[in-house]
Formats: sequence, structure tokens, C-alpha cells
Amino acid sequence: MKDADSDSIEDRRTFLQKALPAPVALLSLLQGQDRKAESKEESEPAYNPAEHYYGMGIDPGLCIGCGRCAEACKAENDVPREPFYFRTWIERYVVQTSGETVVTSPDGGIAGFSPVAEADVLRTFFVPKLCNHCANAPCVQVCPVGATFITPDGVVLVDKDYCIGCRYCIQACPYGARFLHPVTLTAEKCTFCYHRLVKGLVPACVEVCPTQARIFGDLRQRRSPLHRFMRFNKIQVLKPHLNAEPKVFYANLDGEVK
Amino acid sequence: MDPRFQTLQEVLQQVKGYIYPNEVELHWGLLVVVYPYLTGLVAGAFILASLERVFNVREVQPTYRLSLLTALAFLIVAPLPLLAHLGHPLRSFEIFLTPNLRSAMAMFGFVYAWYLMVVLLLEIWFDYRQDLVLWSRRESGPRKWLHRLLTLGATDLSEASLRFDRNAGKLITLIGIPSAFLLHGYVGFIFGSVKANPWWSSVLIPVVFLFSAIVSGIALVLLLYMFTSLVRRVEIDMTCADKLSSLLLYALIVDFSLEVLDFIHRLYESEESIKILSQMISAKLFLSLVVLQALLGTVVPILLLGLLSPAFRSRGLVEVPDELRRWAYVGAAVLIQIGIFSTRWNVVIGGQLFSKSLRGLTVYKMELTGLEGFFVSAALLILPFVVLYFLIKVLPPWQEGETAAQAGLAEVA
Repeated sequence: MKDADSDSIEDRRTFLQKALPAPVALLSLLQGQDRKAESKEESEPAYNPAEHYYGMGIDPGLCIGCGRCAEACKAENDVPREPFYFRTWIERYVVQTSGETVVTSPDGGIAGFSPVAEADVLRTFFVPKLCNHCANAPCVQVCPVGATFITPDGVVLVDKDYCIGCRYCIQACPYGARFLHPVTLTAEKCTFCYHRLVKGLVPACVEVCPTQARIFGDLRQRRSPLHRFMRFNKIQVLKPHLNAEPKVFYANLDGEVK
Repeated sequence: MDPRFQTLQEVLQQVKGYIYPNEVELHWGLLVVVYPYLTGLVAGAFILASLERVFNVREVQPTYRLSLLTALAFLIVAPLPLLAHLGHPLRSFEIFLTPNLRSAMAMFGFVYAWYLMVVLLLEIWFDYRQDLVLWSRRESGPRKWLHRLLTLGATDLSEASLRFDRNAGKLITLIGIPSAFLLHGYVGFIFGSVKANPWWSSVLIPVVFLFSAIVSGIALVLLLYMFTSLVRRVEIDMTCADKLSSLLLYALIVDFSLEVLDFIHRLYESEESIKILSQMISAKLFLSLVVLQALLGTVVPILLLGLLSPAFRSRGLVEVPDELRRWAYVGAAVLIQIGIFSTRWNVVIGGQLFSKSLRGLTVYKMELTGLEGFFVSAALLILPFVVLYFLIKVLPPWQEGETAAQAGLAEVA
């Protein structure tokens, strides 16, 4: 079982390695600016976080629940494979004609979802979830030593060499986006693939999404795809009443999603 | 498979409804239940001691020093469960060195240090200084040196210096009362300020914590007073025991009223979390909340104390012989301890048994061995009594000791 798993991971990895350059190349063709930035980066590797302010847009209407994003995230970020640790996951909502809503996310949706009997279904949809990189982040507020912080470019990160493992941030996160890494025993969460951002790349989950249900971009730049996303969609954030000011924006979000 | 993952796998099997995938692991376990229980006893015991000192409740004088030592013993042990619970205990000092001032938990270092250094140790020192000097003069061998060392060289027993001791002690107690409120109110705030968690997020939680702390502290000192009297074969001062139980009853009634208020308020407001919280109470917390905390831990002790203690009528509503009353007090105090421990359990564990998606319930699998296991927590609950034993050996808190000391002072004079 284990071997088969790791084999398939290897396969996916090689696939990703081969497949990744293609969309990147396409993207840079479409966005001349980005290519410039990239070539500039080679000669001048300095990345200035003050020039950016990141966020993510998600269109649940486009999500097909394939689980590629969660899989890519685990591979890219060495997230433990056990089904209790996720930086991102996909939820399926099945609203039945009876009014009852059944939500599932088997193994974070990595391997997709089993079909539902259509007879009783009123509507059904998928919702990708991840850290909301809140501007008024409860997790950052509660960390007793300041090991979790907001970068100037708006990303919430954890310093694993500083985290004392008290788990207060995990309790404070309204979205269940954090976990304690079973090996490092420090708090872990989505970083928007910060190591990729500084190279001018988009997060792995955005990169692999086959339907562009995830849109990544810079909230302050009009030419950013996120800007366009927010211009043409009705936007909602999760649990707005908590005033965490999340920076993951959902298009036309269903009221059932919490 | 790693046994840790095996446990999580078992939890996953028992999840009802939907929980976020990262919620399978329950993060604050038994050790975090023990922590507020211990600090509650510290604050409660100290507030009892301050009654005698500041509010001149003379009847509880026999328990004054015992309360202070109890508070100290429990305060020494209180941070251990937290330390054992940290993923990186060796980095814990960062809370003192580089605290995030916006974090409630970062205040721990300051509140704890303030309470230990400024309040408890100083108050105990000023209260014992005269005795320490007298003991060191009278005794021989290591005890003599230990007591002399503890005087810190302040051996002046003139009337003026003793008056200074008394005044300083009184001032420290005055500072100590809000500090004790701060200590436990702050622990309540750690939970009450988590807006992501509807079970915790309540402005009443710090206040409820505080009154339950007073209840548990008085009940513990009552038990310790009775027990130590029995061991020392000394007559129990029934005026003291009666007063303690009356105070206990008043505190218990306030505590219970606050908790009922919290409960009714939640039910009446009926926010979006009410459905899952009701399910949790009936499916997961029935034993610990309804039976242990409310019924056995609160209602039964209120009835026992209400009927037998002299709270409402000088001889109690039902007049019974001293012996029976003593047993009733012990019974009530033991039930209260069980009840307050359940309160802590229901807050800490209860707050993690439902998903923040408000769509499902999970389970808590308590381990037996390991740092987060039952045995370590049990040891941490016993340890304060061991510490207290040694404190009592070094600093005997007994009234008779004090009278002897007074006699010694007279001799010296």
C-alpha cells in the first residue's frame, strides 16, 4: 500500500515537473510584465515584499472536486500524508431536497469524491478551503511569542524555529486551517507557497487547478488576475462576522458554507 | 503505523457529522484541564486567606497560614502541566524574553511572576518573619540554619519592625486580592477571548472562572484543615469549619447563578452554534456537565451546606450533631472538587468536541501513558500536596505554634 502510494507520488511529481513549465511559460507569454519580472529576478534576486499584497480568489462554481490542489500542496510543502494534516482541502456540500446539508471531505478530498444519488439532491458543489491569510488574524494576535506573523506582502507565516508549540493559534483559527506538525511539533499552515511567491510563481494549488477555480494575485495591482476576479464576481469571505478580514475571497458563495 | 496516527484514525472513525480535517487531533488535552484547576485553587486559597487579613473574618484565622502555603504549593506546580504540554518546552522562556504583547497568553509570564514574587512569597515572608527568627534562635542543626537563611538576615524583633511586618502584610494582601482575581480571571480570559469558539467566547467566562476558583479554594482549605487536624489529633475548631462552609455556600451560590445565567443567555440568544452545542451537551458532556458539574458538584453541595451550615440560621436549618456536620462538610467539599474539576474539563475539552464548522462532533481519547496521559496528570494533581507537606514541615502554619512563638517572644523580651 505504502509503496504504491509513494510510487504514485513519484509519478505525480515527475508529471508535475514536466507539466509545470508549460503553464508557466504560457502565463509569462500572456503577461509580458511577469516575464520581465522573472528575467529581472535572475540578475537581481532581491524580492521586495513591500511591493505586493497577496490574496486568493476561489470560484466554487468552477471547482470539480478533483483534489489536485490538495495533492499538489502536500507534495510541494512536505505536508504529512496522514489524513489529519492539511494546508488546503476540498469540501463537498450536498444540499438535499429535505433541506439537510451533508458535508464531506474524505482525506481532504485528495482522491476525489464518491458519487451521490441524484434523486434527493437539491444542489451540490465543492468548496476549496485553506488559510485565509487574515489581515486581522486571530492566530497572530494570540501567539504568545510572536512566532506567527504577517509579512508586509500580507501572508501569515509561522517561524518554526521560534514556535513553542502551545497550539493557541490552532484554537484561535476560525477556519480549522492550522495543525501541529507531528514531527516538528510546531504550528503549520498554508504559506501561499511563499517560497514560490518570492520567485514570481503562484502557489502550487493554483498552478495545478485544471479549471482555474483558484485565482492568485496581488490585491493592489489592477493588472492582477485577482483584481479582475474581484471586479466581475460577487465576493464573499468566510465567517465575516468574526472580523478577521480574510484575504481568500469566494465568488458567489453558498450560504451553507461555514 | 505510528500509535499516534492509530489513535487519530480511531477518532476519525467516531466522528459524527462533518469536522474540518485538521480538527481530528484534539489539541488541548487533560494537561490543559489540570492547569486552570490548579490555578483556580491558588486564587481561591489566597482569597480565603485575605478574608482574615483584610476583612477581619476572625473565625477563619486557624486556616490563614494553611491557605497561604496551599496557594504557594499549588502555584509552584501550576506551570508544570503547561510546560509538559508544549511542543517545545525548552523554548518556553521566550514568553518572558520576547512576549507578543497582543497575546493574552504572553501575559502568563508577568501575571505568574507578579503573583509568585510580589504577592505570595512576600506575604508569607512578612507573616513568618518573626517566627523564623524565634525558631532559628531556639532550634539547632539544619533547621536552625534553614530558618535563619529564610529570615534573609532581617532578625530585628523590635515592636516597630513587627508593626512594619503587619502593615506590609496587610498592604500586600490588599494588592494580592486584585492579583488573585487577575491570575484566575486571566486564565478564564485565555478561553473567553477565543472568538472562533462559540463554547468559549463569552465575557462571563473569566468571572465564572473566578468564582469557581474561590469555591474550589475554600473547599480545598476546608478539607486540608479537617485532614491536618485529624492527623495532628487536634480538636477541629467548629466555629472555623462553620464559617468556612458558610462562605463556601455563598461563593457556590454566586458561582452557580453565573453559570445558570450563562446557560440561559446562550439558550435565549439561540445563535447559530446552539444546535451543535446542544447536541454536544446531550451526546458528549451529559455525565461531566449535567451529572458531575451541575448535580453532584453544585446542587447537592448547595443543599447539604444550605441545610446544615449556619449560613441562614445560627444553628443551621437542620440541627445536627457536630460530628455529622463535619462529615457533611467533608462530603460537600469533596463533591465540589469533583464538580470544579468537571467544570474545567467541560470548558477545555468541551470546547474542542464540536467542529468550528458547527456541523459535527468529535471525541477525546485520553491516553494512559505518555506526557499527555492520565498518569502524568494524576501525578501533577498529587504533586502540590507533596510540596505542601514539605512547606508545612519547614513553615509550620499551626495556631499553637504561633502561641508558642509568642511565648518565646515574651521570654526573649
